[in-house]
Amino acid sequence: MKEKPLMAPIPTKRDLRLDLFRGIALWLIFLDHIPSNAVSWITIRNYGFSDATEIFVFISGYTAAFVYGRAMQTHGFLVATARVLKRAWQIYVAHVFLFAIYLAEIAYVVHSFDNPLYTEEMGVLDFLKEPDVTILQALLLKFKPVNMDVLPLYIVLLLWFSPILWLLLRAPSMALIASAGLYALMWTFDWNIAAYPSGTWAFNPFAWQLLFVFGAWCALGGAQRLNRWINSPVVIGLSFAYLLFAFSIAMTWYFPRLGAFVPHFVGEAIYPIDKTNLDILRILHFLSLAVIVVWLVPEDWSGLKSRWCWPAIVCGQHSLGIFCLGVFLSFAGHFVFTEVSNRVFTQVIVSVTGIAIMVAVAALISWYRVIERQGPGPLPPATKKGYAEGNV
Amino acid sequence: MMGRLLPLLVLLLLAVPAKSQGVAAHQAQCRAAEQQVENDFALQQVRRAIAAKQLSILVVGAGSSLLPGANGAKNAYPARLLHALSEKLPGVEVKLVADVKAKRSAAEMVKSMPQALSAAKPALVVWQTGTVDALQAIDPDQFSQALDKGINIARSAGADVVFINPQYSPRTESMIALGTYAENMRWVAVQQEVPLFDRFSIMKVWADLGTFDLDSATKKLDMAERVHDCLGRLLADLVIEAAKPSDRSSIKPSEPRAEGAR
Repeated sequence: MKEKPLMAPIPTKRDLRLDLFRGIALWLIFLDHIPSNAVSWITIRNYGFSDATEIFVFISGYTAAFVYGRAMQTHGFLVATARVLKRAWQIYVAHVFLFAIYLAEIAYVVHSFDNPLYTEEMGVLDFLKEPDVTILQALLLKFKPVNMDVLPLYIVLLLWFSPILWLLLRAPSMALIASAGLYALMWTFDWNIAAYPSGTWAFNPFAWQLLFVFGAWCALGGAQRLNRWINSPVVIGLSFAYLLFAFSIAMTWYFPRLGAFVPHFVGEAIYPIDKTNLDILRILHFLSLAVIVVWLVPEDWSGLKSRWCWPAIVCGQHSLGIFCLGVFLSFAGHFVFTEVSNRVFTQVIVSVTGIAIMVAVAALISWYRVIERQGPGPLPPATKKGYAEGNV
Repeated sequence: MMGRLLPLLVLLLLAVPAKSQGVAAHQAQCRAAEQQVENDFALQQVRRAIAAKQLSILVVGAGSSLLPGANGAKNAYPARLLHALSEKLPGVEVKLVADVKAKRSAAEMVKSMPQALSAAKPALVVWQTGTVDALQAIDPDQFSQALDKGINIARSAGADVVFINPQYSPRTESMIALGTYAENMRWVAVQQEVPLFDRFSIMKVWADLGTFDLDSATKKLDMAERVHDCLGRLLADLVIEAAKPSDRSSIKPSEPRAEGAR
């Protein structure tokens, strides 16, 4: 089959649904990252196999291709690569910044908490005894404290993104097949990146690249090609059926007694549902969700411009900053639980406040973009604020 | 872990926080979490041992099976389990050996298991693990394999196995990723038909109900001792329940049981 090269049709208008759902994913990641948070019952990971990470990685791949694909077409491979690497560097700096905050939190706990019941758990602080090693390992992205796995994944995905983008622009199907091939090789040979002090990366880049590249492929015309399929009643029906299946399995996690209704061979077949290596069950769950969402929310849906969607959209448009803020706020939220109160009421307040702060800061970043664009000189003719320039 | 949240909510809504500290009240408090003990699988060897009036138990564990101090061994949950079982099984000679050392991963415990098994010849291995593997970020697959291996070693030595998962530690919750390890433990338990003593959820309920203030930064041992005492009692209930002894009359009921949750 002859591949039609995709030189023209990278759309210039950004699909607001991407920002909307990335914003929502960022909120969910924030809620999930606060341990023992009652409000995290509402997040999707409790009702099926996949969680907000899949949404985040897929949309990040989509927007990366959208922004750097255009750069590669207009300015060439070198310029686009330089911009991708600059972005990877920004994310690295953000990661190190978060690590500093984590160090501050953990050092505080060393000095304030001592309970004979938890002698073993205090071993988590052992790494402070040899900061020369651990801080270096953290800078090498090998030592990654809890909940700080997503940004290193993102960095690695961007580091090898520009050759993939080059291929995507010429032979999209080939690029997608190569990505799936890498995923298969990873499962066959157990490829992953080593972590410190032991084990491997919690988000295996060899696995998660599939979702990132798939997102990029969709951005570069793949979505249009799939249109016929994802709008067919059969696919929508299958997606619903699969979501229902995942939902019933998820219910057995809360009510172990329901587990008796799951036939033994089903359990054998599906467990363990591997997040590290992006289990195929998780991918299918994400795809089913995506099919249903695209069906329910068309691109020209008027609600996307309403003020109800604006808070999520504005967060989605500044995803890196808001992601980091979310990780910081989840530390802070947990701090409030342990130091002030962990009643359900407090948990609701902390969760809602956290999301409100995320929205406020996203709005502030948008505003900064506008005033920075104004520059020192007189006002240019009104630029539309935001995303036409493309935030990744 | 997250899988336990919904029942917790129900409990939160139903339960009135109990704060009194009398002995009877204390025992009742332990029971607040009884429905969290999962014990669907039978312990055949334990049943035989109880029928033969001789029950020998080996506790394999790491730091959270210990308490510091001169009376630590006496007050930690293995000794409390022995005490509770001896009380509930009059006429049965209950013995307990503890192979417990801090900072041991599951794989390290498996290494010393054959020796401990041949010394103690237990009908039951109570295996507490998971926390150290999470702390050292050991590959979750290797963790699961170590669990499988340990179960097989214990079974070929003629012993049943009960798992104890990590304890709930609110202060370090955002720093130790217990999730994967707790989930893998649950899966191995289901596949291998091993009862899982869900220490994490039990302690979480206690924290939510205010039974114990697990957040408190105290160097004093009293709260830790009461927690271990409760754990020992609940563990004894699980062992007896899962052993389903044929001769029920030999079990001394300690207090009326609340059957509502079943």
